[in-house]
Amino acid sequence: MSDVLSVRGLSVSVRDTALVSGVDLTVGAGERVGLIGESGSGKSLTALSILGLLPEDVRADGSVRLDGVDHELVGADERRMSRVRGRDIAMVFQEPMTALNPTMRIGDQLTEAMLIHKTLAKPAARAAAADLLDRVQLPAETLRAYPHQLSGGQRQRVVLALALANDPALLICDEPTTALDVTVQALVLDLIVRGVMDRSSALLFITHDLAVVATVCERVLVMYGGRVVEAGPVSEVFTRPRHRYTEGLLAASDLETTSRRLTTIPGNVPPAGRFPSGCVFRTRCANATALCEELPAWTGSETRGFACHHPAGDADA
Amino acid sequence: MILRLIERTGVFLVSLAVSSVLVFAFMAVLPGDPARVALGVNASDEAVAELRRQFGLDRPLPTQYFDWLGGLLHGDLGTSYVSKAAIGPQVFDRLQVTLWLVVAGMVIALAIAVPAGTLMAARHRKVSGLALSAVSQVGVAVPAFLAGILLIVVFAVKLGWLPANGWTPPAQDPAMFLQQLILPALALGLVQGAVLTRYVRSAVLDVLREDYLRTARAKGLRPFQALWKHGLRNAAVPVVTVLGLQLATLLIGAVVVERVFVIPGLGSLLLDGVSNRDLLLVQDVVMVLVLAVLLVNFLVDVLYVALDPRLRTA
Amino acid sequence: MRRLNPSLIAGGVIVAVIVAMALVSFVWTPYDATLVTPSSRLLKPSWSHWFGTDKFGRDVFSQIMVGSRTTLFVGVVAVGVAAVIGVPLGILAAMVRRWPGEAIMRANDLLLAFPALLLAIMFGAVFGASTLTAMIAIGIASVPSFARVIRSGALQVMRSEYVLAARAAGRQPFPIAVRHVLPNVTSLITVQASVSFAIAVLAEAALSFLGYGTPPPTPSWGRMLQESQEFLFSAPRLAIFPGLAIAIAVLGFNLLGDGLRDRFDPKLEDRR
Repeated sequence: MSDVLSVRGLSVSVRDTALVSGVDLTVGAGERVGLIGESGSGKSLTALSILGLLPEDVRADGSVRLDGVDHELVGADERRMSRVRGRDIAMVFQEPMTALNPTMRIGDQLTEAMLIHKTLAKPAARAAAADLLDRVQLPAETLRAYPHQLSGGQRQRVVLALALANDPALLICDEPTTALDVTVQALVLDLIVRGVMDRSSALLFITHDLAVVATVCERVLVMYGGRVVEAGPVSEVFTRPRHRYTEGLLAASDLETTSRRLTTIPGNVPPAGRFPSGCVFRTRCANATALCEELPAWTGSETRGFACHHPAGDADA
Repeated sequence: MILRLIERTGVFLVSLAVSSVLVFAFMAVLPGDPARVALGVNASDEAVAELRRQFGLDRPLPTQYFDWLGGLLHGDLGTSYVSKAAIGPQVFDRLQVTLWLVVAGMVIALAIAVPAGTLMAARHRKVSGLALSAVSQVGVAVPAFLAGILLIVVFAVKLGWLPANGWTPPAQDPAMFLQQLILPALALGLVQGAVLTRYVRSAVLDVLREDYLRTARAKGLRPFQALWKHGLRNAAVPVVTVLGLQLATLLIGAVVVERVFVIPGLGSLLLDGVSNRDLLLVQDVVMVLVLAVLLVNFLVDVLYVALDPRLRTA
Repeated sequence: MRRLNPSLIAGGVIVAVIVAMALVSFVWTPYDATLVTPSSRLLKPSWSHWFGTDKFGRDVFSQIMVGSRTTLFVGVVAVGVAAVIGVPLGILAAMVRRWPGEAIMRANDLLLAFPALLLAIMFGAVFGASTLTAMIAIGIASVPSFARVIRSGALQVMRSEYVLAARAAGRQPFPIAVRHVLPNVTSLITVQASVSFAIAVLAEAALSFLGYGTPPPTPSWGRMLQESQEFLFSAPRLAIFPGLAIAIAVLGFNLLGDGLRDRFDPKLEDRR
């Protein structure tokens, strides 16, 4: 089984400041992989680099390969990338309220997705648009509506329909439900999962919400300070975390703790680009020693591993 | 949407009415007696009184106002106290001339502003963008009549390619008409173009930042395609808003440009009327100009609603 | 938070030079700007007459210097009139409830149908052409832009936390307006003043060109332009000097306005 997405040594930097360093990431066919991190961890930049949508001064190095696309995605020119986007890879962004063109009807925006890549001719595209809306549980009237007539949840569903219009091999979602009401979140998450499963697409799901990852994903990678610090199946990483940061994250999400105070990770996330040398987490880690000034190597395999000099579960277990 | 259109029409009509009152009242404040002015200082009192009666100047002001207004609504602009000629035909003829000038100027302005502004926005951090920005700053600083004079100096005096002034109706001699139209239209258009460019740039810059452009690119549109298909209609909205005001400026700019190029348009009619103390003429021309400005603003409002669907749900 | 940007510096320098020129002109000019010297008609620029002379033999450079006084004077009074009327109007429109506020704004917009030049011609027709009528007409025509901008700014201030707190504490509207709203819209006033000044300079030039501005013999750049028209073929420099003066002055005030706007509102910096 070849991987749909293969990222090797991805680094993202702006001028001389490194924002993301040495990220290795794979997503297999039909797999649902989560990428967890707080703001400033570099997860969104990683996603944007895959699509080649980084802002002007920001550059990416390394390798990103997609199964079925014969060229390297990093640094590829606009002409090639525009053929890949929306067809082989699609993305759902965080903010639904501003994601759609306010002066264009929903139906037109949907059919456009198919017409750009000549997946379908105009009349067929219209029918397909109606079908897409139906699959995200929106009524047919939505085709003629304008975005401002829809709620946030409805708009996000449209964005999802747009993304899945051409049956992409990989769907990337960057915090798709963070801006939505809790009641709508479950629906949209469900639609995302169904959408990718129906098409046997791979999913890369980016979020800071551990509960969502637990529900949606099979495998997870944890990012901090621009690096992947731990990776593995969700069930394992969430019950037996090895990296101290993952440990801290899980503890902080544990609302059923018997202690009277919420557990937090001491200190603050360093601003992008100002990560400590060596292990990026050492300035906030209770277990840090002088050894941690050296970048920890990756222990374990591609699919289950971590980068820590003093992982949890070693001395404790 | 209908509600909004009705509201806009209402505002237009009320503004028109109030403006007419203001204009009338203003002219009525004028010191001196129009009839005496028309007849001259040495005229006898009886002749003056007779003229006053003839022109209905002895009636109470409100009556005069309504008479005047009524006439306007019927297209009858009255007769000049000074020249004794009907004002309507004069205004109509001159209006056409000014319209040619204004429309040509606007076309030139848009032809400059839309590409230049978009280019400046797309390259706003690069040297070419900044250079264009500097040029537009200079363009904004030059008043239309100065541009006209400079154009005359360059193209009529130094190069001798185009006539320095004059006007021929298009039906009479199309070639001459065009030659005489170019410089004044350029004078208006270049300056207005510089002003509009800055608005276009700002509108396009705003659109470039919008999330829906990112969505468009994520769909697979190339940057220019995304801007063209999604950006322009949205960028047009703030630009159209300002077009109305710009047209007013253009109209007034035409008044001065007509002086520079000796063009028999509405502007020169107004100025002549003022120097001749031909009050009814001035009153009528001012009203026509105000009507034009209000009308354009009204049309722009309607266009605005057509462009932005968010405004359609009342 | 000092942020000096190129616009601010360039604009500031230009304005400073013009002001300096005006001030100096009170004390010294190379020649008497109004002195008619028939023997020195239409001289080309030379060491004795830096910009040459006009059709009456008057020194052009001196005229430019003295003309700057008129330009600045008209600008200051016009902007003053516009601000004195427009700012309270804008604040008032922001502070009253919706309906009256909207009504004030509509009336305000009505004024937009009377551009500066039109008003000035009308004023000139009725009250006779003079610097005073020009200033007042331009000032009144500039009121709508002030009122609009100030109203938007005032509305934002009204929504801010400390004004809400003041109102909750029962402070009366007038003290709130003076103590809270006014200081916070000063930056807007300054920017708008600069922009309106540029417009006033343009309007005054146009008016003088048409003959509705400053009457002779006081030098005025616009009138110099009008007088130059008959010599466009023989002595185009007579148009270029006052033309350049006008353009540079307007450019200076525009740049100043842009620069001030950038300095006061850092969020907008990227849009330049």
